[in-house]
Amino acid sequence: MNKLNQLTIKQAKDGLKEKKFSSVELTQACLDEIERVDKTINAFITVTKDYALTKAKEADQLLAQGAIKPLLGIPIAFKDLYLTRGIRTTAASRVLKDYIPQYSSTVVEKIENAGAVIIGKTNSDAWAHGSSGENSDFGSTKNPWNIHKIPGGSSSGSATAVSASCSPAAMGTDTGGSIRLPASFTNTVGLKPTYGRVSRYGVVAMASSLDTMGHFTKTVEDSALLLSVTAGKDKQDATSLDVPVPDYANELIKNRIVTIGLAKEYFSEGINEEIKSSLEQAVNKLKSKGFEIKEIGLPHTKAALAAYYIIVFSEVSSNLSRYDGIRYGNDRSYFGDEAKRRIMLGTYSLSAGYYDAYYLKASKVQTLVKQDFENAFKQVDVLIGPVSPTLPFNLGEKVNDPLSMYLSDVLTVPINLAGVPSLSVPCGFSDNNLPIGFQIIGPQLSEGLLFSIGHKYQSLTDFHTKTANI
Amino acid sequence: MSENSLTKDEVKHIAKLANLPVTEEEIIKFQKQLSETVDYIKTLSSVATQGVEPTSQVTGLKNVTRTDEPAPSQTQEEALSNAKNTHNGFIKVKAIFNEQT
Repeated sequence: MNKLNQLTIKQAKDGLKEKKFSSVELTQACLDEIERVDKTINAFITVTKDYALTKAKEADQLLAQGAIKPLLGIPIAFKDLYLTRGIRTTAASRVLKDYIPQYSSTVVEKIENAGAVIIGKTNSDAWAHGSSGENSDFGSTKNPWNIHKIPGGSSSGSATAVSASCSPAAMGTDTGGSIRLPASFTNTVGLKPTYGRVSRYGVVAMASSLDTMGHFTKTVEDSALLLSVTAGKDKQDATSLDVPVPDYANELIKNRIVTIGLAKEYFSEGINEEIKSSLEQAVNKLKSKGFEIKEIGLPHTKAALAAYYIIVFSEVSSNLSRYDGIRYGNDRSYFGDEAKRRIMLGTYSLSAGYYDAYYLKASKVQTLVKQDFENAFKQVDVLIGPVSPTLPFNLGEKVNDPLSMYLSDVLTVPINLAGVPSLSVPCGFSDNNLPIGFQIIGPQLSEGLLFSIGHKYQSLTDFHTKTANI
Repeated sequence: MSENSLTKDEVKHIAKLANLPVTEEEIIKFQKQLSETVDYIKTLSSVATQGVEPTSQVTGLKNVTRTDEPAPSQTQEEALSNAKNTHNGFIKVKAIFNEQT
C-alpha cells in the first residue's frame, strides 16, 4: 500500500472508514512530507500544523461516532487567495503579508463543513498573475519532477502540494489557465469549472468576469468528489449559478461514448512534438474504445489571447485599486513588478479615449470566441487538446520577458472567455521525464461528462499513478 | 531597436493615475515591457467585429437581485482588526485637505 500521504481522497476515505488509520495519522503523514520536501519545492506559504491536528482530532471523534461527511478527516490545501478566517492570507503578495481575514471564503466554509482538515495555504504567482509561479513575493515554487523547471502557474503551490503528495487535494483558481497549466506540468488532475459553478465569494479577485474556483487532485474520481462539495449557488456571489448540483460521483461512472472534437488550431505549428505525440496516443486510446473523432475549427483562438489580456489587465487595475493600505494590508509601494505592469496596462486600456479600442473591442472578440465553442459543440460533444504548447520551461527563462510569458496561455484562455469547463488529465511524459497533460473541454455545465471521459481514460492508463522522486 | 509605443511621460502619467509609486529605473524598464504588450494587444484591431454584441456576462445572467435585509455582520473590533491606524473605533487616515502645508 502507498504511504498515507500518497493516498487519493477516495483511498483515504475508505481507510478512515475501515479504521485502518486515523485522520490524525493521515494529517501527520502529510505534515511530515511537507516538512521533508517543502524546503526544496516551496509549495507552502503557511503550514497550519496546529490547526490541522486539532481539526483532525475532531474528525476522528466524529468518525468514531459513525458520522458520514464527504471529506471527513481529509487534509486539503488552499491557494493563498482563499480567505481563511484567523489564518493569514497573502495572495502571495507583500501587500497582504500580515493580513488575517475576519471571514472565510464560501468554498473554505463548504469544505470545512464537509469535514476536511485545512493543512496549509499554498504559494502562487502574486495575485494569481502569472503562468510559472515565479511572480510570487514568497519565492518561486519548484517542479517536483525537476526542480530546475517551473511547475506552471499561477496555482503553482497547490499543484506541487498534490504532485509531491503533501496533500491529497488542493484548491486553486483559474482565470486563464492557472489550474490546468500547472496540473499538466506536475502530473496532477486539474479542474477549471464552468464560470459561476463554484462561488468566488471570499477569494482575492483577479479578473472577476473570468475567475473560476477549481482544484487539483491525483485522480478524476477525486476531482468529481470535490466538485460535489464546492459547487452550487451562493447568495454572496451574484454570478454563481442557480442550477442543481448533480451527484458527480454518479456522473463519473456513466459509460458515455461520445464524439470528440480536435481543434486544428490546437495542433498547429508551435506545439511541442512530444506533447503532440502524447495527445495522439491519448486520442487513439479513446478511439479504440469507440469514441468518434472529428476535426473542427476554433478560428478565433489566436485573437482570444489578446482579448483575454485586455480584459484581465482592465479588471485587475480595477480590482487592485482597493489596496490602499488603510483598512488592511500594506500600501501600494508593496506591489511587485507584475502587479504594477498589469495595473498600469489596465489603467491605460480603460483611460479616456481608449475604452472602445480595448475593453469594448475585447468584449466583442469574447463573443466571437464563445460562438466558436458553441458552433463546435453543435458538431461534437467535447473537445480534446493540449494544455500547454511547451514542456515546463526553466526557472528564470521568461521572467524578464513578460510578453513571452503571456503567450504560454494561448491554449487555455479561450476556455475562460467562453465560460466553459475544462479538465486537465495526465497523458504521458517527455523523454526527459517531464509530465504532459491534455484537456477535455465541454459546453457550460458539462463537468459530469468531462469526469466520465477522464475517468474512463484513467481506467485505461496509469500515468496518473506515477510520482516524482524528491 | 524598435521605437517604444509609450513615452516615458505616458508611463509616468499612467502610474500616477493608478496611484503607483515608481522609480526612474522602473519607468525605463516598464516603458519597454508595457510598449511591447501594448503593441501585442493592438493586434486585436484587425479582428472583424462589426455587428458583434459585446459579452459582459458569459453565462447570460441578468439583473440578479436579493432583498435588502439587515443581518448579523462583523463587530467593530473585527472590522478594524487589520487596520494599521485606528482611533476610538475609527480608521485614522492622512488628511486630504490640509491648508497648512
